Amino acid sequence: MQQVIQKQVVLPWRQVGRIAFQSIRVRLSRSLITTATLALAIAFVAYTWSGYSLLNVVWSHADSSLQEQIVTSGYERAEDGFGTTPKDRWLAILSLLVCVVGIVNAQLMAVTERFREIGTLKCLGALDTFILRIFVLEAIYQGVFGGFVGGLAGVLVATLALLAKFGFAILRWWPPGAMLITVASATLLAMFLSLLGVIYPALVAARMQPAIAMRAE
Amino acid sequence: MTQIDEHNVVRLSQVTKMFKMGETLVEALKGVSLAIKRGEYISIMGPSGSGKSTLFNMIGALDKPTSGKVFIDEVDVAQLDAYELAWLRCRKIGYIFQTFNLIQVMTAIENVTLPMIFAGMSQDEYQQKGMELLKLVGLAERYQHRPSELSGGQQQRVAVARALANDPAIILADEPTGNLDLTTGEEIINLLKQLSMERSVTIISATHDIKMLNVSDRVIWIRDGMVDRIEDRANLKISIGQVA
Repeated sequence: MQQVIQKQVVLPWRQVGRIAFQSIRVRLSRSLITTATLALAIAFVAYTWSGYSLLNVVWSHADSSLQEQIVTSGYERAEDGFGTTPKDRWLAILSLLVCVVGIVNAQLMAVTERFREIGTLKCLGALDTFILRIFVLEAIYQGVFGGFVGGLAGVLVATLALLAKFGFAILRWWPPGAMLITVASATLLAMFLSLLGVIYPALVAARMQPAIAMRAE
Repeated sequence: MTQIDEHNVVRLSQVTKMFKMGETLVEALKGVSLAIKRGEYISIMGPSGSGKSTLFNMIGALDKPTSGKVFIDEVDVAQLDAYELAWLRCRKIGYIFQTFNLIQVMTAIENVTLPMIFAGMSQDEYQQKGMELLKLVGLAERYQHRPSELSGGQQQRVAVARALANDPAIILADEPTGNLDLTTGEEIINLLKQLSMERSVTIISATHDIKMLNVSDRVIWIRDGMVDRIEDRANLKISIGQVA
């Protein structure tokens, strides 16, 4: 038993967290670009979500002239309120798809750039799973940050756009709870997308051979 | 001089390695057998393409042979699974690279302590030992510096400290002076020699550096995928006396 314990190689999550965080901080501009891809796509989704939920709340409080104004400005109200149209959904899905492909691309480049670091970690005794964890956690950080910023931006733009169209009624009934939920779900979605995008690059990284650390360039 | 016991730290028996390059099979190693004892200072010499790097990777458990056996501390590397190989790299072997290979995002002390974290040491232990090792290589006051803030020689010193982290039996150095100027290179060589004497660590290095040969106990010349000759230091002084 003692022997088994001795033969373990470990990397506690606390250390993974520290390494992933440092890695992002030092390569900030690079990871900001990846994060920006995510933030933009998420901002668009959050904009769509929050726009409709804002309209629904305002509608229930609005007098008939404001309701009239909303309908004439092009919003179509179904029986259960305003909601995303097929076109909206299609656009959102497309933008998320493009975003994931962008993340895969950026992460693959990051893996290629970091071959020496990965090889060295393996020479020092890192298991495949250590490398995997570092990349996955970096992706989670980026996802949470990008999603939060994107979510906030989406809500902000949706509010400003409706404010410009329908005036201060929008602010008067602005629902903090619903907006918070929008930002939170946007963050979750971003985290999921970021993870989806990093799976393949992280596997490529984890499977690298330690001998590549010796490679000259 | 430390006592060299009869225990073989590294033993290769009839090791061959084939690579597939496009359609053709290339035989990088054609049956290499050698034994390296504890505490020895070994240099591996050979022109590029001689199979030197391949041999080096075999000794470092970074690659598996096509046929033949590699023993590290009398353990057959081919029998080890991924966990055990990682454990071997973590505990038994310290690697030093031509390009230093410090983790760029980490400070000197973090680089040195990383193998100890892998080995499961507690924070107090690894911090203390990390500082001791940095002191040993003369960089204690620079422990908070990142590799980009250190000179080449200083980076290689940190790398030496990192290689020593888990008190390995073997230090494997791939052209450790290749990217350093003459004086700094000499400092690193002296440091390695001192370590091999004081701690009876086996040092195995691939090199072109004549200065390195002067401190080696034995020099293994590789040519064309085979051991060309193995020279002891006593004979060596004569054969390269004119050059050095």
